[in-house]
Amino acid sequence: MTQRRPNQLFRNLNAKIAALPMILTATVVFAGGTAWTVLYSFTDSGLLPKLDFVGLAQYERLWGTPRWLVSIENLFIFGICSLIFSMLIGFILAALLDQKIRFENTFRTIFLYPFALSFIVTGLVWQWLLNPQFGIQAVVRSWGWENFNFNPLYNADIVIYGVLIAALWQGTGLVMCLMLAGLRGIDEDIWKAARVDGIPMWKTYLFIVIPMMRPVFITTIVLIASGIVRVYDLVVAQTSGGPGIASEVPAKYVYDMMFASQNLGQGFAASTMMLLSVVIVIIPWAYLEFGGRKRHG
Amino acid sequence: MANVGAINVTTASVDAAADAMAGPRGARPRRMLSRRNIFLYGALFIAAVYYLLPLYVMVVTSVKGMPEIRLGNIFSPPMEITFEPWVKAWATACTGLNCEGLSRGFWNSVQITVPSVLLSIVIASLNGYALANWRFKGANLFFTILIVGAFIPYQVMIYPIVILLREMGLYGSLTGLVLVHTIFGMPILTLLFRNYFSSVPEELFKAARVDGAGFWGIYFKIMLPMSLPIFVVAMIIQVTGIWNDFLFGVVYARPETYPMTVQLNNIINSTQGVKEYNVNMAATIITGLVPLIVYFASGRLFVRGIAAGAVKG
Amino acid sequence: MLAFGAVQAFSDWEDKMKTIKTFLTASTLLGATALAQAADLEVTHWWTSGGEAAAVAEFAKALEEKTDHTWIDGAIAGGGNTARPIMISRMTGGDPMAATQFNHGRQAEELIEAGLLRDLTSLAEEEGWRDVVKPVSLLDSCTIDGQVYCVPINIHSWQWLWLSNKAFEDAGVPVPTNWEEFVAAAPALEEAGKIPLAIGRQPWQTSGAFQVLLVSVVGPDVYLKVYRDKDAEVAAGPEVAKAFQAADQARKMAEKSTVQLWQDATNLLITGQAGGQIMGDWAQGDFQLAGQVAGEDYTCLPGLGVHEVLMTGGDAFYFPSVDDPEITAAQEDLASIMLAPETQVAFNLKKGSLPVRGDVDLEAANDCMRKGLEILASGNTVPDTNQLMTQDTLTQVNDLFAQFFADPNLTPEAAQERFAEIVASAE
Repeated sequence: MTQRRPNQLFRNLNAKIAALPMILTATVVFAGGTAWTVLYSFTDSGLLPKLDFVGLAQYERLWGTPRWLVSIENLFIFGICSLIFSMLIGFILAALLDQKIRFENTFRTIFLYPFALSFIVTGLVWQWLLNPQFGIQAVVRSWGWENFNFNPLYNADIVIYGVLIAALWQGTGLVMCLMLAGLRGIDEDIWKAARVDGIPMWKTYLFIVIPMMRPVFITTIVLIASGIVRVYDLVVAQTSGGPGIASEVPAKYVYDMMFASQNLGQGFAASTMMLLSVVIVIIPWAYLEFGGRKRHG
Repeated sequence: MANVGAINVTTASVDAAADAMAGPRGARPRRMLSRRNIFLYGALFIAAVYYLLPLYVMVVTSVKGMPEIRLGNIFSPPMEITFEPWVKAWATACTGLNCEGLSRGFWNSVQITVPSVLLSIVIASLNGYALANWRFKGANLFFTILIVGAFIPYQVMIYPIVILLREMGLYGSLTGLVLVHTIFGMPILTLLFRNYFSSVPEELFKAARVDGAGFWGIYFKIMLPMSLPIFVVAMIIQVTGIWNDFLFGVVYARPETYPMTVQLNNIINSTQGVKEYNVNMAATIITGLVPLIVYFASGRLFVRGIAAGAVKG
Repeated sequence: MLAFGAVQAFSDWEDKMKTIKTFLTASTLLGATALAQAADLEVTHWWTSGGEAAAVAEFAKALEEKTDHTWIDGAIAGGGNTARPIMISRMTGGDPMAATQFNHGRQAEELIEAGLLRDLTSLAEEEGWRDVVKPVSLLDSCTIDGQVYCVPINIHSWQWLWLSNKAFEDAGVPVPTNWEEFVAAAPALEEAGKIPLAIGRQPWQTSGAFQVLLVSVVGPDVYLKVYRDKDAEVAAGPEVAKAFQAADQARKMAEKSTVQLWQDATNLLITGQAGGQIMGDWAQGDFQLAGQVAGEDYTCLPGLGVHEVLMTGGDAFYFPSVDDPEITAAQEDLASIMLAPETQVAFNLKKGSLPVRGDVDLEAANDCMRKGLEILASGNTVPDTNQLMTQDTLTQVNDLFAQFFADPNLTPEAAQERFAEIVASAE
């Protein structure tokens, strides 16, 4: 079947050689590493991995641990908010920058620069800014608004939003760049046509431009979502998971279990659960994305 | 000879693309102080304050002395400016026996970052090219696995990779570390390149095929020259990620090849010792300078590259 | 298939290289036996801040002065949680360091079982460590099945209540001498606009303070019953209930303490904005750096002034098993130097911790260190939680304590119930 055309095999051979690193990485590292992780999640490995099977005990304990449940809840809140606000802020900033403004280069650099700074200090600086005694709250109060209340880090109910503010500060610049690029790819004629037809600008964005930017949104969503699932450093730097366990996240649970509690099995069980949920989301998406559409044989 | 024709077409479309991307779109600017402009610049200004406030605090703190920092007024400008924290962060901060500050790991970081960025980009661009233009059976399966891989917390993979590197005889070597960076950079980069290459007009590709150009011919003569912007984008993402990496650097390298982030971590992350906030801030800004320079140097290309890369999936 | 083939080829090649290397090493050895055997010793540790780094430098100096070995410094900040993945990776990757810092206690058991750490028993016996190390429990926690696997090098204790004399002066109340008086003084402090109890909000600090309250309020006997014997009944009993009540008071007193780092909390004491802080002896470094004098500007109460007992935790060095005989010999030299009296004095003075030998004299020690030394000399010590419980159980306990501190809706009774459950299920 595949040898219907004589040079098909040769052509694909070259592509396969070029894709060999990807095939190796996907199978040996990602699939292999995942299989390894899943296998050891059924063991009671402590400090060192060892094949001492305990069935589903790690999973039973995982779902009975308050900290894991809090982590999952936080990931949902943080993930949904972060996704929505990153896209929203990123898109709005990009749209603003796209209005033939002056100093575009300066503004873009200002919005992008936090991306280059280490999480440890990002967390520290936001700790200070959000501190009620000497941070933003204190400054606004000293301006005369005595009742101004802005104290997210020390309130277990809203601490995750405090982390969110810092995360958006760090990550929206890159989203903005992707969005701006997407906007620049929209044909000028479309804007002209919309103006001629008298369609208001917001409608043009909402019903014409955004649907055209679908691929940009997909690239951006994958980028943001993978960052959300792996979020770890920022939480450690800003709150260490506190107050109490109120700002714990799954990746931190995995890391703490593996290296602080010396319970590798538990860490692997937690990461298996994380991966499982990612797979549940990605597989249908990949099917829709790749199904049917084919180019160049 | 028709080959040359194809390349000419390529150049022409690159120029067209560059022209198209050179200017912003949207409505034309009107009077300077129109309501629209006030709203526009007002919004940008407020956003800029949000982004600049933490940087202001960092810079101000980095030029204060410790007694002044203890007073706890993070916004106040320094009463007395001192550059000692900067000197200390770069040249004299001690970690253990070595009192050379960040400067000690700087060249190690360069030695790690340059080959890792180059190798990861070469490999991911070839992967993306094969996926976009030379689909073979099962390609999408591998690509899907790769995308799922982007979501795995790095920490989980530490031990399997130790075993892998040990079996390959690369554990503790620079080559091993470069390989690890290449592996973990692959998912996002491959996605980026794949989307870019599939947005290259199909006609170009077909014309080249008719002229008898093969896999490598098309890659080097058409794809590579047309996609310089996306290479810059990939470079920026990788430089930022690899330059700031700490975990892989300490786990897969040895003390003599530790990257600069290990020193940065040692300066700012001691748990029981006294915190020198001014030195911490200075060290962070210094470490962030290299990616920052890359942003500045390639800002325009960055935006143009992603434009072409992400527009058509 | 291809991948496995390649790995196999690599591994064959690696084996060949190893044979060649071993051969070369052997021949070098033959030629070098007559000379002093100098080796490069890579030492991993997490001491990086000013005073800590100066203390490590004392070890390196002693090693390089007394032997021909070279100290290769592998400092990584971030404590045991950062060090653990590095240690394990290096050992399982077949490229271990020569020595590594680690908390002594039950943490290293698995590494020992797997044969990754070196047995130091013969050296320990030769040098009579059992006679010099004081309290001897420190050596016990390095000992598994009668074999010694680590060198304890210092004692750090958590059980200190630091008080700001200025804050109490401002509030017009005398500086308390124990926990009850401190609790009683809290309203006066609050009236004067002070935070009674400063505490960094990172979970390790709130749970640490809780552990301190527990051992100081209930005393050593009950502590050992709960932590060593895992007696769930005692853990649910009235004695331990007192500790939960004290923690309840503490969290109320700390309500207004909104800082994250312990250094920031200590700074509140230094500037007189807060009355007290529960923190380990390392907090002294910050007081001293700010020019404060023990007894004049700040006061320290070991064991919160209730039960003057110190938990003798601390740091230790472990030595991974290596094939290279030169490094093996050098490891013993290093172990011996770390425990030598003069190194102990030099190191601990810089570090601000207490030496593990009873037979050295710390003339330069200040007020608070002397109090600590006296308690050690009188033998009022209990083993650290690390030495009694597994890391896994401790994490559960610490999570509970941190949650208790942060969540006013969690009653002392409910928290104690959960505590008893954890103790009951502990190994």
